[in-house]
Amino acid sequence: MIYRMVFMALLLLPGAAFAAQKPNDAQIAHIAYTAGAIDITAAKQALTKATNPDVKAFAEEMVRDHQAVNDKALALVKKLHVTPQDNPTSRALSKAAAAKLASLDKLSGAAYDRAYVDNEVAYHKTVNGALRDTLIPDAHNAELKSLLKTGLQLFEAHQAHAEHLAATLAK
Amino acid sequence: MKIRLAVAMLLLALAVPADANAAHYVIEIKHMAFGPAPTHLMVGDTIEWKNLDIFRHTATARTGEFNVDLLPGTKAEVTLAKPGTINVYCRFHPTMTVRLDVASP
Repeated sequence: MIYRMVFMALLLLPGAAFAAQKPNDAQIAHIAYTAGAIDITAAKQALTKATNPDVKAFAEEMVRDHQAVNDKALALVKKLHVTPQDNPTSRALSKAAAAKLASLDKLSGAAYDRAYVDNEVAYHKTVNGALRDTLIPDAHNAELKSLLKTGLQLFEAHQAHAEHLAATLAK
Repeated sequence: MKIRLAVAMLLLALAVPADANAAHYVIEIKHMAFGPAPTHLMVGDTIEWKNLDIFRHTATARTGEFNVDLLPGTKAEVTLAKPGTINVYCRFHPTMTVRLDVASP
């Protein structure tokens, strides 16, 4: 829920007198990279705390896949001579993620597994919406747009996997 | 003499490779999806799984017949040894699936 609020904030940046301020490519790259890095951090916590082997396998997938996208993103911004620009959305995302990490840290066993996976479902849903509705349409550079689309395909597959996993854990 | 000829012909027949008519297909993996299954697959045909994604994938048969791990940019070949339906999925991304229908020769 908090992630959705963060992305809504994108549309309500203070000082925007008229239409919502669109993020520029440097900010979009920063947001996308941050979103991936957040999932990697969450997964690393899961690798130490999760007990269900399917949850651990999912966490390994998060680390592996998001690292692949972020490596490509880093290579792309280097090639384009773009410096990813920190921005309120990235900061808010990171802050929310840190809070979630802390609350998950208090859990253990099956309760942790369920909470981690439930959060992954919510997180991926929100990021997918942001990619679809804001980050991809607003991106100018064609290669960045293409990489974001790859990211969306990945996030959608992850969301499906997380939902399937959540259903098995709910039993 | 006739027996020797018969034996020689038998050996010759056995020496002809059984998969002389085997077809070779390529299934590409990209955009988090398997490419379409080839039609008219037959026992003895080979499938080359080619991972064009930036993500690691697997091509794993639920029947247990094959399980290939494909790092980004790599490929691996499997030979279809048995007839029937093979449901293939990626172990890392289980929503990625493709179905192979293999006919008897």
